[in-house]
Amino acid sequence: MIKSDVQLDAKGLACPMPIVKTKKAMSDVAEGQVLEVQATDKGSVADLAAWSKTVGHQYIGTSEDNGVFYHYIRKCNLETSEAMEKSFEPTISNEEAVAGEGLILDVREVAEYAFGHIPGAKSIPMGDLTNRLNELDPSQTIYVICRTGTRSDLAAQQLKAAGFTNIYNVLPGMTGYTGELQKEVQ
Amino acid sequence: MTVTAWTAAQVARKVIDNKDLFILDVRNADAFEDWKIEGHKFEYLNIPYFELLDGVEEILPQIPSDKDVLVVCAKEGSSIMVADMLSEAGYTVGYLEGGMKSWSMYLEPIKVGNLNGGGELYQFVRLGKGCLSYMAINDGEAAIIDAVRFTEIFTKFAEEKGVKIKHVFDTHLHADHISGGRHIAAATGATYYLPPKDAEEVVFDYTPLTDGLTVQLGSSEIEVGALYSPGHTIGSTSFVIDKKYLLTGDILFIDSIGRPDLAGLAEDWVGDLRETLYSRYRSLAEDLIVLPAHFMIIEELNEDGTVAKRLGDLFAENHGLNVEDEEVFRSMVTDNLPPQPNAYQEIRIVNMGKVTPNDEEQTEMEIGPNRCAVR
Repeated sequence: MIKSDVQLDAKGLACPMPIVKTKKAMSDVAEGQVLEVQATDKGSVADLAAWSKTVGHQYIGTSEDNGVFYHYIRKCNLETSEAMEKSFEPTISNEEAVAGEGLILDVREVAEYAFGHIPGAKSIPMGDLTNRLNELDPSQTIYVICRTGTRSDLAAQQLKAAGFTNIYNVLPGMTGYTGELQKEVQ
Repeated sequence: MTVTAWTAAQVARKVIDNKDLFILDVRNADAFEDWKIEGHKFEYLNIPYFELLDGVEEILPQIPSDKDVLVVCAKEGSSIMVADMLSEAGYTVGYLEGGMKSWSMYLEPIKVGNLNGGGELYQFVRLGKGCLSYMAINDGEAAIIDAVRFTEIFTKFAEEKGVKIKHVFDTHLHADHISGGRHIAAATGATYYLPPKDAEEVVFDYTPLTDGLTVQLGSSEIEVGALYSPGHTIGSTSFVIDKKYLLTGDILFIDSIGRPDLAGLAEDWVGDLRETLYSRYRSLAEDLIVLPAHFMIIEELNEDGTVAKRLGDLFAENHGLNVEDEEVFRSMVTDNLPPQPNAYQEIRIVNMGKVTPNDEEQTEMEIGPNRCAVR
């Protein structure tokens, strides 16, 4: 089971109902949260990905188990998230972070991490960070990464405020990463 | 306004009769790009149904009011939703019952011509997939060639015609669609033939289809004769029926030629393909009517819906038969080939009898165009 914020059961429903229900369910999902859609309709795989792209949500991926498809979609608002200012210094490139000695801290949602992350990266979603600081060593160099550099910018600021000293924001983030991916799902 | 359910048979009539039709295809763009309902005079608009969830107002100006409008999707659910919305907006529209799935499965039997002494030859046109099957009947007996997996269509047709199916042939081990051949033979007691060179891995019994083999239908002299013609596969075999028709399987099409790579051995078989097309077929009578196992584009259909052309005309017009240089030919049929048909490796394994997927899985495997040709 991959962690998600809201779950929608669309099993047994034929096209177009999985998408109709997803669209409706999405209105109750907060921005940045992940919706899990359970469906048995095979067409839902291509259609949910295409629909997400059309409306600007982030389609994370689909895993299949026993004839049920589990789709993961993160609610986005392109206008606000992509355009947000990134202010944290210092920054570091994807390549330098991968080659570096420090810990890569992936602050994306659990589902995003599950569908592909840099090998060895540690997962703490940004929303959980303040509660899980004890899992991190303040003396260690930490490269904070997310999808586009926005969430990692905020996370880096939180870490700095908590007294961490060797923090870098990784840019451009996972969207620009072309190296080997480790996955937690089939 | 009303919404009417159209059957695949009604849509097929529109194609064969060269009628106008406006198709609003509400599948996603990739699916539409890959494969759609083709008609000589059809117009298309592709808007995925999930872009229309909030209403159809924005596309109304693009919907004509002076011709039939058919909404199409993968299975039918989304097309009904969109058709209902258009109907509420005052339009009279139809949707395709069963969607592209039923289109992929529909077969239209069309008579190709008469055979010596009262016999008849029928071509079964599977418009949605571009597959062509054949039934020759004479004096109470029938032979079937390259039957697709909807066996009942053939057995019912034979019943209606009052003929007994005696011989069932596959010109080769198919890679783009699942053969119904051995199942028809099992159900009717007919003999099932397959070229032995294509059958090395099959796990069922068959009668070897070898060069020169002939069978007779009924009492009169209608000969169905096998002609070894390798190249698409190593076993590919053609048929000459009644000295009038040349059934080419997947070696020669109307506007293209067979590809040699679907069994994984393009380099090895290109020489065979050349030999078959440029020497073996050249020695045949030019008045033979070529009947292939596939068509790729709607332009290959004749006005009566059949796919058939004089061999001599193909020698003059088919690009694949007019490549003088052997090296140019070799590179044409081995480099830059179009994508392979959907699930072609799995389909070959099904046709070998090694696995038997259920109906729904078979339908999934066969989705999309046949892609057996090089142009």
